[in-house]
Amino acid sequence: MSQLFKPSMNTLARVSLSCALIVPGALVVGLSSITRSPYNTKVEVPLDQPVPFSHTHHADELGIDCRYCHSSVEKSGFAGIPPSHTCMSCHSQIWTNSPLLEPVRESYEKDIPLVWNRVNKVPDFVYFDHSIHIAKGVNCNVCHGPVQKMQMTWKGKPFFMSWCLDCHRDPGKYIRPKDEVFGLFRKYQESSKGANLTGSEYSLMATAHYKPSKEDQARGRKLVQEYGIKVETLSDCYICHR
Amino acid sequence: MDRESINRMFTRRRLQRLAGLLSLALVAGCHTDMWIQPKAKPLQQSDFFADGAASRPPVANTVAQGQLRTDDHLYTGIVAKKYVDEFPFAIAKQDIERGQDRFNIYCSPCHGALGDGKGMIAQRGLALRAQPATYHTERLRKMPVGYFFDVITHGHGAMFSYAQRVDPDDRWKIVSYIRALQLSQHSALEDLTAEEQGQIDEKPVGIGIAAAAGDTHAGTNGAAAGGHTEGGSKH
Ligand code: HEC
Ligand code: HEC
Ligand code: HEC
Ligand code: HEC
Ligand code: HEC
Repeated sequence: MSQLFKPSMNTLARVSLSCALIVPGALVVGLSSITRSPYNTKVEVPLDQPVPFSHTHHADELGIDCRYCHSSVEKSGFAGIPPSHTCMSCHSQIWTNSPLLEPVRESYEKDIPLVWNRVNKVPDFVYFDHSIHIAKGVNCNVCHGPVQKMQMTWKGKPFFMSWCLDCHRDPGKYIRPKDEVFGLFRKYQESSKGANLTGSEYSLMATAHYKPSKEDQARGRKLVQEYGIKVETLSDCYICHR
Repeated sequence: MDRESINRMFTRRRLQRLAGLLSLALVAGCHTDMWIQPKAKPLQQSDFFADGAASRPPVANTVAQGQLRTDDHLYTGIVAKKYVDEFPFAIAKQDIERGQDRFNIYCSPCHGALGDGKGMIAQRGLALRAQPATYHTERLRKMPVGYFFDVITHGHGAMFSYAQRVDPDDRWKIVSYIRALQLSQHSALEDLTAEEQGQIDEKPVGIGIAAAAGDTHAGTNGAAAGGHTEGGSKH
């Protein structure tokens, strides 16, 4: 009877053993980096829209307050996308012949909703509310990236649960005085693209990665007390999954 | 191993089972059931209703609980077919400040931070069919407050209605701020107390929009409006 395992089988065994370790590892790393890549999360990928609406133009160059269009952001969970009535309150008077605005005019005249493509989204099993975040001094750009610099709107953050929790466990890191939620946009606009902003203000207004300075974090932790934020319960599951 | 034993190991049956198991593992990653639930969020699309929107407009003449608007003074600014000349509630300093805040969001793009009709739109839109109004005319200084409330609610000429975006209370507060603006642009130095005159050259303290180029105004500003400055430059 011939030998069942030839000596060359040793190598084969070693190779297959190490493969058994490497392949699942590579799969996990590979799949999770696909999950976290812009390909999956769509972060920093500008989305096509029926009308090439530019936040750079309207929010920064023209200095229109976010609430002019997203008027429910302070008082409800939903920030709101402006109806074509809002666009027409200006565009019935200016740029009235622009072909780019044809869908807006049509929507307004025929009273059919304009369908924008959604940029930011959490799954349906997650509960999110804008008003509480605005009321506690979280600037829009902490969660959305530098909106007032976007020609076409893109997603600033992937909205992973770990990201929400990073702030909910220690909100002091990110929160700022309430009047800065909208005040900073004005400051950025008036300071010719951020020349007079502090380093951390600049990182918030002009980049997708807010880097609060030590002083800002210390101030934020004081604000947490002042605003009466209950940090102990803020990362309980029921806060976001209800 | 001979060929036959290999064949026995990988029968068609077994292969099918394996493939089934593997694809189950794949499907486990596609959990759309909870991610996309059969519920409607605001402004969501829907193929169920004819207009394609999931949110339903209320039936005509619906009155939401607690929103039966019987108070004509508060909700229309018109009583007995005449514009009212009194505010429906007492206006305190923080009401004027709230009015300033709302004014800067919704009105200043056209009417300008000082209410002089020189907002960004007026400066950008070179060929506007109708120029935004300035509040600093004799006619508008004499208009009762109810008129301003009505214009915000229903629009006027080229101006659209702002009723959807500004609640009635806030509309009155905006009107109170318009009154403050009118006073600030129509007062003489002598109208101020000596103490206030001394403050004129101090920096304005309000949070308001700093006046854009071309928005500068000579004369007194906020101090006349009950110690309430708006952020225009002084001279
Ligand atoms: C002139 C009106 C207007 C103003 C002012 C405005 N927006 Fe928008 N915004 C829109 C419209 C229209 C859309 C939908 C189209 C799009 O996504 O670009 C939108 C989309 C967005 C979105 C993405 C929504 C989604 O689909 O998830 C965010 C976030 C946003 N705006 C934030 C802001 C912030 C922050 C400001 C203030 C700096 C601001 N907007 C000012 C009109 C406006
Ligand atoms: C407060 C006034 C205002 C509002 C509200 C407004 N816009 Fe504009 N928009 C402008 C002005 C002013 C310009 C052109 C400015 C310039 O280039 O000088 C403009 C330009 C544009 C342009 C470029 C037109 C072209 O032909 O280049 C588009 C597209 C546009 N707006 C879309 C929108 C949409 C969509 C909305 C509603 C969500 C909207 N705008 C609301 C003031 C406004
Ligand atoms: C704490 C993080 C956070 C802050 C701060 C924040 N947003 Fe959002 N925003 C989100 C999330 C999460 C969504 C997706 C919500 C969903 O899918 O229901 C969203 C969605 C939106 C949308 C799409 C419509 C909607 O409400 O779902 C708009 C518009 C928007 N945000 C504007 C703003 C503006 C303007 C501000 C500042 C005044 C702001 N956001 C501040 C996290 C934030
Ligand atoms: C930058 C900081 C920050 C981020 C990021 C953030 N939050 Fe919050 N969140 C807060 C603060 C601060 C509060 C206010 C808590 C309070 O006042 O008790 C809050 C409150 C909430 C509440 C209301 C809690 C209640 O008691 O009703 C919900 C729901 C919530 N957040 C969901 C989310 C979700 C979902 C995300 C991620 C998509 C998120 N938040 C991201 C800071 C943040
Ligand atoms: C601050 C808000 C917040 C809190 C608190 C929170 N979650 Fe989440 N959770 C989220 C968000 C946002 C997502 C969606 C993540 C995504 O889109 O990838 C999520 C997703 C999940 C998922 C689904 C993961 C998946 O990919 O299928 C589970 C399970 C979950 N959370 C469990 C929990 C549990 C258990 C707790 C309490 C220990 C908790 N969550 C607390 C915000 C929160």
